[in-house]
Amino acid sequence: MYRYDEFDQDFVHARVAEFSDQVQRRLAGEITEDQFRPLRLMNGVYLQLHAYMLRIAVPYGTLNSKQLRMLGHIARKYDKGYGHFTTRQNIQFNWPALSDIPAILADLASVEMHAIQTSGNCIRNVTADHFAGAAADEVADPRPYAEILRQWSSVHPEFSFLPRKFKIAVTGAERDRAAIQTHDIGLHLKKNAAGELGFAVYVGGGQGRTPMVAKKIRDFLPEADLLSYCTAILRVYNLYGRRDNKYKARIKILVHETGVEEITRQIEAEWQELKDAELKLPEADIQAINAYFAPPALTDRPEGDALVKQARLDSKSFSEWLDQNVVTHRHPDYAAVTISLKGIGEVPGDATDSQMEAVADIAEKYAFDELRVSHEQNLILPHVARADLKAVYDALAEIGLATANSNLISDIISCPGLDYCALATARSIPIAQEISQRFASLERQREIGELKLKISGCINACGHHHVGHIGILGVEKKGSELYQVTLGGSADENTSVGEIIGRGFSSDEITDAIEQIVDTYLGLRLSPDERFIDAYRRVGPAPFKEALYAGETKAA
Amino acid sequence: MKVLTANRLSDGIAVWYADGGWAETVGHADIAHDKTAEDRLEAIGAAAYANNEVVDVNLIDVEVVDGLVEPVRLREKIRAAGPTIRTDLGKQAAPEAIGA
Repeated sequence: MYRYDEFDQDFVHARVAEFSDQVQRRLAGEITEDQFRPLRLMNGVYLQLHAYMLRIAVPYGTLNSKQLRMLGHIARKYDKGYGHFTTRQNIQFNWPALSDIPAILADLASVEMHAIQTSGNCIRNVTADHFAGAAADEVADPRPYAEILRQWSSVHPEFSFLPRKFKIAVTGAERDRAAIQTHDIGLHLKKNAAGELGFAVYVGGGQGRTPMVAKKIRDFLPEADLLSYCTAILRVYNLYGRRDNKYKARIKILVHETGVEEITRQIEAEWQELKDAELKLPEADIQAINAYFAPPALTDRPEGDALVKQARLDSKSFSEWLDQNVVTHRHPDYAAVTISLKGIGEVPGDATDSQMEAVADIAEKYAFDELRVSHEQNLILPHVARADLKAVYDALAEIGLATANSNLISDIISCPGLDYCALATARSIPIAQEISQRFASLERQREIGELKLKISGCINACGHHHVGHIGILGVEKKGSELYQVTLGGSADENTSVGEIIGRGFSSDEITDAIEQIVDTYLGLRLSPDERFIDAYRRVGPAPFKEALYAGETKAA
Repeated sequence: MKVLTANRLSDGIAVWYADGGWAETVGHADIAHDKTAEDRLEAIGAAAYANNEVVDVNLIDVEVVDGLVEPVRLREKIRAAGPTIRTDLGKQAAPEAIGA
């Protein structure tokens, strides 16, 4: 994986020193909150309901075991023994004291980590397919490009005061696991007919109160033009993006109001000025970054087949986990493993200090020291020999992280909601827990099949409810929590925004409503192979409305 | 009926104005029953903010239940107790402290 060079390390140390000084001056009363707020936000420090919250960047979701161990250490020493992995592949701590943050940042810097640009109106952590470098269906590893974007966007002077925050995602496979069409810029790394690498470029996707699917503005951008083209996009946005209304300030609104054709013309015109200048990526530089992401030396381990076969016979739970949480690797003797942070009834995305340390040990021993955070709030071991899968499973089971529910209804994305968040209007986590408990039976979950359920506790949509096959949005109505259901959303290569199905449900009713929706689907699907999303796209909302609300209409 | 709440600058912990200082629990917060008392609390909050003791200062609606102050809105109830999904954390983790 990428290692800091001297410049990176000096930069991060300098930032720690600078922010530590700012914290000290704030605590001493030398600067006001109004002066300090933008500074703390640029360093990932929010103020939430109960305490400060620190959001730490995990660039493109890639971690090594030393880094994960440090996160465990921070959870134990400065927080309350746990952390929360987020949909931007980052981690948040919920209880740090402001006075401890300089020490936390110094600890992070010692393992090449920081919290820079995890908030504020700048380019946020660039996300990538969590199976990058391992996926069998990948054209090339997207992370070197994410790293190039990270270097380019870090404290970029022109793009540090954008109209609003800006999010970029990169995938290297046709099957989009990075939700690129819900991003301000989505990049799909691909090859053209000549076998050269480049990107399909999508612009103007986003969620929040105005969900939009990104528009493809270029089918193939040569890799050397990545930075000049992104600069052109950001420049047009920086010039014309609305600063008068924060709810209309994202690039999605600009794309929508300007029209795709016109904004593409503006971007292309800007790009003409930039494309042959200093932003053109030299092949040698791309190769140098690529070298950091060289895959581990995967020696052949053909004994895996027989071992897995035998272990399946010995253990039903291992066999189920294998079917659900283990995916094909580009090397036939290896696999990529999803470590579910969605234990039945647990808080989605939370991990304890000791779990982080144990997972770090497993990664070191069995997974070439590599880990990923997925935007679905799970951890990933991208390279595990099939021969070691049983040992990995046993080690995960020991720490309560062997739940076999990847991509099933209990693999729920949930924002922190009103239990922690100052912006939330309703709780998300208890709803996720109750649904997960209602569908606790793995047999039943597998019968239902792939189902992406996502919950947000306010309209800002951090829980990605708009693109859930089933989405739940919690709002406050007349002093109570009310949960609105959307159906038909999706965040893959066929991205769609879910449609509101009807009136919302109280916290007491919502789990029953979800069960009714699932039962309706089971009753109308053409075969077990027809996933929920496919069935919904075939039949539309009518049968679900009928199941949820018909009684009311008749009664009325 | 309102009380004054904020988060302490140094550690961000939620606090309520009570008896001339900032208490870590809401139970015995000073209650404003009328506009004059609200103005007084607001002035105290503004001064504490200016003095860098607290941030995010707000007046919130409360009621009195069994002699203790309780916030009205769910958001403020959760702030006063802790995450509903982690009753081992926040103020609720030491129930005796809430009445203290």
